[in-house]
Amino acid sequence: MDRAEVDARIRTLAEPFNKNGAEIDEDTTFAGDLEFDSLTVMDFVAAIEDEFDIIISMNQQAEIETWGNLVDTVSDTQSA
Amino acid sequence: MSEGIDEPGRPVESAVGQGDLFAKFDPLIAMREGLLATGQEDPFNLVMERVLSPTRAVCNGRDTILLGTYNYMGMTFDPDVIEAGKAALDEFGSGTTGSRVLNGTYRGHRECEDALREFYAMDHAMVFSTGYQANLGIISTIAGKGDYIVLDIDSHASIWDGCKLGDAEVVPFRHNDVEAMDKRLGRIPAGAGKLVILEGVYSMLGDIAPLKEMVAVAKKHGAMVLVDEAHSMGFIGEHGRGVCEAAGVIGDCDFIIGTFSKSVGTVGGFCVSNHPKFEILRLVCRPYVFTASLPPSVVATAAASIRKLMHGSNKRAHLWENSKRLHGGLKALGFQLGTGNPQSAIVAVIMPDLERGAMMWEALLKEGLYVNLARPPATPANMTLLRCSLCAEHTAEEVETILGMFERAGKSVGII
Repeated sequence: MDRAEVDARIRTLAEPFNKNGAEIDEDTTFAGDLEFDSLTVMDFVAAIEDEFDIIISMNQQAEIETWGNLVDTVSDTQSA
Repeated sequence: MSEGIDEPGRPVESAVGQGDLFAKFDPLIAMREGLLATGQEDPFNLVMERVLSPTRAVCNGRDTILLGTYNYMGMTFDPDVIEAGKAALDEFGSGTTGSRVLNGTYRGHRECEDALREFYAMDHAMVFSTGYQANLGIISTIAGKGDYIVLDIDSHASIWDGCKLGDAEVVPFRHNDVEAMDKRLGRIPAGAGKLVILEGVYSMLGDIAPLKEMVAVAKKHGAMVLVDEAHSMGFIGEHGRGVCEAAGVIGDCDFIIGTFSKSVGTVGGFCVSNHPKFEILRLVCRPYVFTASLPPSVVATAAASIRKLMHGSNKRAHLWENSKRLHGGLKALGFQLGTGNPQSAIVAVIMPDLERGAMMWEALLKEGLYVNLARPPATPANMTLLRCSLCAEHTAEEVETILGMFERAGKSVGII
């Protein structure tokens, strides 16, 4: 799966959590721009984990600030 | 050290200028000030001037029924427990001034660990200076780099801090969700060490974990299991060993963490285990090694209390009656509760918001009732809760009095 496809699939998963319908680009931040609280993060991460059958540990999550970071992490885990 | 702040001639302004490390607390300071500006008594600054019994104290000048102490079995004023503490003070002095691995292991520490091994019918017991340190120490020491910790998202702060202190990969799952836990365990790379961390009773809502199913799933994946039974010891299970005993899975729990600051009625924490190599932890567990051991009087009171709790079945039965009556009574009054049925000695009353939660807390205090006000971020789903924890020493009449107080306070604040 290439990066664009990973991005598209995560974008679909993010829709129900993006309550304000904020525009999402590579530099969009989860805490700031999307206003995700810790519970939303947990549910969103769980949805991604189930979709791609991967684990994104909290240690990895701590390194993810932007949408681009997230897509990179999932893409890397996919190819690993 | 408050005198120092007012010392004349000190450049006070410089401390609050640019680069003030306290700036991050501004939102919390503002929220607190907003709450107290309404004339509200400070819920987080209560002083107990006198403590009359496990269930009564003089708080902020008022005679008050205590319904938020975790003193489940009412051991704090037990005559045998107090006698044991006094004797230890006389014989061994006020403190050990040393680490358990140096000069801080007295006869009493060993006797306390013996009492725990007997209480749980397990091979090993290790006593820490607090329950917080027990979780911090055991978790950070046994799960290291490359290992995976799979834990419930509603875990206690001491569990999260234990994860943070160690180097393991941390993977949370939705509260009490067996399937979500199963899936996450299934995705862990082959060969990695796995530790599942669960609690018997979750203290915010007072609900219990489906340990029978969860421990079976953990074992299916070859994970070690640690269960924190802080809020169930002495009360749940035939011998008071906890939810894992009641669920019939205590034999599959590799580590049980507990505390002396609830049913046991003093302070301290512990881990019990049947792991054949368990004793090595005494040398490698930093929160065990690099702190002073508990004072002799504390371990003496703990040991005496633990031994009495082994024979506490009548008190356990009365505590269940209290929990069921309070839960049923509050439900009938129209309060929204954390659990549909009484599952532990904690009954959590859900408040519509922090403001009315604080008003209700104060109205109850003025009625002469103390409960815990719990607010985000300590609570799940950002709820504001009035947490009631019952004691085996509450009389049936006291529980009726408590219900009357809740009814009047709830009506005056407009919650029911």
